Amino acid sequence: MSKVLLQVEDLRSYFFTRKGVVKAVDGVSFHVNEGETFGLIGESACGKTVTALSIIRLLPEPAGQVVDGKIILDGVNLLELDKKEMRHYRGRVISMILQDPMTSLNPVYTVGDQIAEAVKLYQGLRDEKVTEEVISALRLLKIPSPEVVMRNYPFQLSGGMRQRVVGAIAMSCHPRLLIADEPTTALDATIQAQYIALFKDIQEKTNVSILFITHDFGVVANMCHRVAVMYAGRILETATTREIFKDPKHPYTSALMQSVPRLDQKGGRLYSITGQPPSLRGLPAGCRFAPRCPVVKPVCLEQEPPEVKIGEGHFVSCWRVK
Amino acid sequence: MADILLEGRDLKKYYPITKGLLQRTVGWVRAVDGISFTIERGKTLSLVGESGAGKTTTAKAVLLQEKPTSGTILFEGEDLSHFSSHRLKTEYRPRLGSVQQNPWSSMNPRMKVRDVVAEPLVVNIKQTKQQLRSRVAELLEEVGLDPEQSENYPHEFSGGQRQRIAVARAMALNPSLVVLDEPVSALDVSIRAQIMNLLKDLQEQHNLSYLVIAHNLATVRYMSHTVAIMYLGQIVEYGEAEQLFKNPLHPYTKALISASMLTLPEDEEKGVEKIILTGEMPSPMNPPSGCRFHTRCDEARPKCSQEEPLLRDVGGGHLVACNKV
Repeated sequence: MSKVLLQVEDLRSYFFTRKGVVKAVDGVSFHVNEGETFGLIGESACGKTVTALSIIRLLPEPAGQVVDGKIILDGVNLLELDKKEMRHYRGRVISMILQDPMTSLNPVYTVGDQIAEAVKLYQGLRDEKVTEEVISALRLLKIPSPEVVMRNYPFQLSGGMRQRVVGAIAMSCHPRLLIADEPTTALDATIQAQYIALFKDIQEKTNVSILFITHDFGVVANMCHRVAVMYAGRILETATTREIFKDPKHPYTSALMQSVPRLDQKGGRLYSITGQPPSLRGLPAGCRFAPRCPVVKPVCLEQEPPEVKIGEGHFVSCWRVK
Repeated sequence: MADILLEGRDLKKYYPITKGLLQRTVGWVRAVDGISFTIERGKTLSLVGESGAGKTTTAKAVLLQEKPTSGTILFEGEDLSHFSSHRLKTEYRPRLGSVQQNPWSSMNPRMKVRDVVAEPLVVNIKQTKQQLRSRVAELLEEVGLDPEQSENYPHEFSGGQRQRIAVARAMALNPSLVVLDEPVSALDVSIRAQIMNLLKDLQEQHNLSYLVIAHNLATVRYMSHTVAIMYLGQIVEYGEAEQLFKNPLHPYTKALISASMLTLPEDEEKGVEKIILTGEMPSPMNPPSGCRFHTRCDEARPKCSQEEPLLRDVGGGHLVACNKV
């Protein structure tokens, strides 16, 4: 049994806006083991990114607040740390990769300077030692001729290379948990495949745990060991990747899978989920998916279903599953 | 005999690279470099490839937004370059529709949905307000929106609904050909299926032809009849969709398919390995000699760096440009 690195318990992150409270994350629990990739999959505005930002404590305060829950990393509840203590964790223990490398890199600094910034700040190194670390970070991300690339500006690099540089910054201080928020979405298909293979390799070398946020089941299948399906601020189903593809239990999981065209299947008519995700300001009573659910029962509209364990590591919140 | 609506023959689009005070031309970006394709009536042709492959430039040439450097476009058998500007305006343009990738930037946020959808009608056809209003209502209904919402502004709709509005606008003039540039890639997974189904229904009802631009192969397989795989301004493989996906011949097509394939953990245990290409697409300013793909191809032979492979028919209209095939 592998060791748990990150344990999130009943996390609730709300945004307090003039128009009311937006319950972006509303009772989310999961854990990530050491050396494991845990996928968080869902559509836009389901709370994936807010979950990630809550863990690394970068929610846009004061509007966004973690109102309840625990985030335990290696025995320490991150929510109880003050700002200074938290800064010690960011970069060193937890780091993050964002979706679009064009906006997460600074256009007026060289790539090497941007990696060096993290190295200097978090490892307290100086001079040649910094350059050494920068080059080894670029090597880890398999960037060809790192001595040359470190003197380049982001605009001189291709999208795939830029995203590798972002990866190098994130990995430069040897974190134990890497949060990757849709890191491959902005990349082309063949480059995406390269990037995923690269991260599998890095994980083998460094045993880093990865919290992988995506909306793409293809990426989940390729990359993740276990996965949680999120919808409107809640996790509806958690299982191993194998299990979720073989035997999805929640109607939303299976509907989502059926609505994605498969390359190995001939085109017929696609199954489509009717309607749209609910507004997070006025959530329906009962199960959040009930208004769109094809197999809805009366109880679904009244009471929120509890999470039920149906197998080893397989949890579902649905009144139909016993 | 197939009923061909539009045909592109040896299309090229080069953009000059200029330098200095006098703006001397020092080189060319060969965005599209000699491609030919046909779009049949009521059928879908998809152009597939990664960014920089020349897909969008091709679509722009068809929409007359870019003038090709050389080559011809035939519409119902007639060469477009022989059309007068008046004829293009009255006989070609109204028969095309277009849907853009991003439904957040393709609409004027200060126009009501009614006006967004009505604009092509106002520009092209003289009609009374009453006629206009009923046509807009009809169009909105056709794409699955409530005509009552026509007084709303685009920001009041979700992404999927806005893409429906864009489709309604494209359909306004009863076009024969609709150019769909990444029609679903900006949308959420559960919404994509709705829009793809809608597009398929409209195609059947109106015998529409589609020119689809996409990078997601699964989407393409679902939507298209014919597929052209593009790499660095050229078509490397072209053929009937089912045949192409069942029996891909070009190493680039194989790699693309492998990259988009769903590989489950059990497949990996069985030893199914993904083909992972090394390197990135070279610059179209200075394409590699010989076969343009040889720098990334793991089946490349010495010959590939010298000899440019031509598109050859390997049977049943399946064309491949590879020295090995």
